[in-house]
Amino acid sequence: MLDTVMIGAVLASVVAAATTLLIASLGELVAERAGTLNLGVEGMMIIGAAVGYATAYSSGSLLLGTLAAVLAGMALSLVFATLTIWLAANQVASGLATTILGLGLAGLIGASFVGTRLDAAPALDIPGLSDLPILGKVAFGQDAFVYASVALLALVTWGLARTRIGLILRAVGESHAAAHALGHPVRKIRTLAVMFGGACAGLAGAHLSLAYTPFWASDMTAGRGWIALALVVFSAWKPLWLLAGAYLFGAVSILQLHVQGFGLGIPSQLLSSLPYLATVAALVLISAMKRGQGAPASLGVPFVPDR
Amino acid sequence: MPLKLERQENVPLAGLIAAPFVALAVTLVVGAVMFLAMGQDPVEAFRIYFIDPLGDAYTLQELVVKACPLLLIGVGLAFCYRANRWNIGAEGQYVVGAVFGSWLALATHGTEAGPWVLPAMLVLGALGGAAYGLIPAFLRVRFGASEILTSLMLVYVAQLGLDYLVRGPWRDPAGFNFPQSVTFDAVATVPLLFEEGRMHAGIVIALVVVVAATFVLGRTLVGFSIELGGSAPRAAAFAGFDERRVTYGVFAVSGALAGLAGIIEVAGPIGNLQPSISPGYGFTAIIAAMLGRLHPVGILVSSFILALTYIGGEAAQISLRMPFDVTRVFQGTLLIAILAADVLVRYRIRRVEGVRHA
Amino acid sequence: MRKILSLALGLAAGAALAGAGALPASAAEKLKAAWVYIGPVGDFGWSYQHDQGRKAVEAAFGDKVETSYVESVPEGPDAERVIEQLARAGNKIIFTTSFGYMEPTLKVAKRHPKVFFEHATGYKRDKNMATYNAKFHEGRYILGQIAAKMSKTGTIGYIASFPIPEVISGINAMMLGAQSVNPDMKVKIVWVNSWFDPAKEADAAKALIDQGVDIIAQHTDSPAAMQVAEARGVKAFGQSSDMIKFGPNAQLTSIVDNWAPYYVERVKEAMDGSWKSTDTWAGLKEGEVHMADYTNMPDDVKKLAQETEAKIKSGALNPFQGPVVKQDGTVVAKAGEAVADKDILSMNWYVKGIDDKVPGQ
Repeated sequence: MLDTVMIGAVLASVVAAATTLLIASLGELVAERAGTLNLGVEGMMIIGAAVGYATAYSSGSLLLGTLAAVLAGMALSLVFATLTIWLAANQVASGLATTILGLGLAGLIGASFVGTRLDAAPALDIPGLSDLPILGKVAFGQDAFVYASVALLALVTWGLARTRIGLILRAVGESHAAAHALGHPVRKIRTLAVMFGGACAGLAGAHLSLAYTPFWASDMTAGRGWIALALVVFSAWKPLWLLAGAYLFGAVSILQLHVQGFGLGIPSQLLSSLPYLATVAALVLISAMKRGQGAPASLGVPFVPDR
Repeated sequence: MPLKLERQENVPLAGLIAAPFVALAVTLVVGAVMFLAMGQDPVEAFRIYFIDPLGDAYTLQELVVKACPLLLIGVGLAFCYRANRWNIGAEGQYVVGAVFGSWLALATHGTEAGPWVLPAMLVLGALGGAAYGLIPAFLRVRFGASEILTSLMLVYVAQLGLDYLVRGPWRDPAGFNFPQSVTFDAVATVPLLFEEGRMHAGIVIALVVVVAATFVLGRTLVGFSIELGGSAPRAAAFAGFDERRVTYGVFAVSGALAGLAGIIEVAGPIGNLQPSISPGYGFTAIIAAMLGRLHPVGILVSSFILALTYIGGEAAQISLRMPFDVTRVFQGTLLIAILAADVLVRYRIRRVEGVRHA
Repeated sequence: MRKILSLALGLAAGAALAGAGALPASAAEKLKAAWVYIGPVGDFGWSYQHDQGRKAVEAAFGDKVETSYVESVPEGPDAERVIEQLARAGNKIIFTTSFGYMEPTLKVAKRHPKVFFEHATGYKRDKNMATYNAKFHEGRYILGQIAAKMSKTGTIGYIASFPIPEVISGINAMMLGAQSVNPDMKVKIVWVNSWFDPAKEADAAKALIDQGVDIIAQHTDSPAAMQVAEARGVKAFGQSSDMIKFGPNAQLTSIVDNWAPYYVERVKEAMDGSWKSTDTWAGLKEGEVHMADYTNMPDDVKKLAQETEAKIKSGALNPFQGPVVKQDGTVVAKAGEAVADKDILSMNWYVKGIDDKVPGQ
């Protein structure tokens, strides 16, 4: 049963499952590196899914839908940013409130699209390469969101480590007082970082409603925003570890379904809890190897310039 | 964990009193615009949301029923958050507490067991929640694994474990193989305070917890060590406070209170164990803790405000036939308004200073 | 079960007498009817179909009724309050549409003897609390026959939600149908532990197809699996709603929940005072279970499906007609007998031919 075709197909599913998480958590990572803990990811993701679907369905353009999803996620993140950055409200409570707001708004926006469907974002086969055994479909037969997630990963990794803006952003996250003293506009930078996070969450939502399961249904993100948040912690705020975390979670999620298919009689609840347990176990292992936690020192602390 | 909690030092009393009114004003304005935009009469909507639930003995009791678990869990979370320990997994500790306590209810079901059963269940529930809360604490202390991730992931594991139990070994044998346990005996049920309505003795326990927590956090060395460990870990270490003990301590308290809330809910309003025993109390309580500024009395107030938004939302769905999503949007808006108003009040003086410096 | 049934009948008779005494005053008065849903009405599945039934009531009675609903009500401590509030708001008849609402509905029913309560999929009744359910397994038997005819690999993939009797009996009925055509048919079962998580349902469908199934059946609510089947070029059966739009080349048929006839009937009875506490278990015959058009299959398969549907409707065929044998060889129903209703309603075993274990057993 375990032939190369099947292995390739399973890996392709893993990539698809990990992509939503990777996109959303990359955005959150940037927001957190600048010092803002945004617990509104789930809300921004669902509003991206709803607005993205509504726009794509009405206009017939997946590209427009994706753009609208990004803008919608950004717009909701601006509400969060206003509260937490400009009004210095509590970030945890504000994020949770934003999620409630986002779930409600998305339900209202999507209500008239229930029961309709779209053609999924097509797989962009690369002639020749996508026919390679095993890795062909995995690496070269995916939809645009998968490639976008890889590009995003490269961009964030490079941007944070090698660019001036990345340096400033990290400085703001480590010590906003010092960054402020150096003349950096702390709150503007944090706002932009949160908006980037909102845009990514919106894009992840669009991946769900335009490519993964191309239709709209209320609450269709089903808690993936929370997993994305947890993965940022897992990564210790390093983009490449985020890749590892998202793919680990995606892989175990898919593999447990395959194990069930073999009919071994293992309680399905145990199998369903494996992705969570595996993530915990991996984190413990990595932490035990004394990898630094690396959390931005100012994460979660509101910045009030006149303090 | 370098996540820092926001402290409010020297908030003027006038500001504290004014905050809710500012929040109310903001909410009224934002809400009125929203309801008008949705074609609803704002006056009617506000009456159903905020006035009606407070004007009827039944809904007043329901307010207490809904606020009780939020209060218990929220106070527990305040211990963690004051110490800068990020327990996001109260929902899981709630579930495990419910499971531990229910074990006794099921083990003594149909026997002549006396009135010791319920108190023992409550103790077991608290122990279960505490034990589950200690897992992320242990992983953090021993391996340095972030408790944010581990506590959250363990929520899902706890829910699946409960699911397994009620669909398998703990299923009611006379229940046509549906996933629920037998209904608990009278000695395993939290007594009601009045004959009419659902208000139960759990709220008495919760109020005792509020008083005790206020004392512990405000007046004891333990409270001080939690506070200091959270705000200035190095100073705490110099002062001889053991960081690990604080971590274990706050997670144990927080888990115990969440577990207690779980078993009270199952042995009270629900009456048996079933797959779904919490409408997200463990997460809503995070908002309650934060809105209450991590002070037990503040959390008492915020739990009731949150309960009111839920019950008002249900009333609006019933009376005004509003879709659930409209009530969610309103609840989100309301919370955002409260958060914004709270901040406006707290930072007003500082902003004046800012202008002077600038 | 029989005891409960007779008890219910006795209580129902009592309720009829009581009801006769308390006939509603004027016909001009609007009757208020309410529904409680477990999911959002936008789920395009279970709750959506119940809401379609509510809309049918509105359409049937126009301004003589006033309907309302509360959606996304979690099973647990909140359910009782919502039901109580609906009763207090003057609703005459209240439908609670998820199994977990059973105890709360019962509690509220005792406090409001003049309000009629209707609980879907449960087994506890009272003089003012009726239960109703649908024989979805009748439809699943037809799915099994179609699958056995259509499958080239001889294996059906089944995406299941939770191991409750309704889902188990659905799997069994499908396999009995399949075995009636091809005794060697196999099934692979994947539990997603959720009624509604589109992405996970899609993942499950992909996993099953990767493992070599070429027909997908589902007992979860979203059309995600249907879309995967369409994209992968295999066949699939829809659930709850007609999902042909999501799988124009994939859908063979869909088991559609059609609550409209029951809701219209019961609201009418509540209006004219003839409402009684009953236990209704309707199926294809009554139209409560409806088969979407048979599509994407050769004419002979379509003919077989239609014949089976007609036979079930006429009562000539019972999906659980003996011989029915458990996995371990225990005979549940001998040839010429049928599995008793109570055994279907509490089913927690697989029939012979399924190579898997019922979770939790």
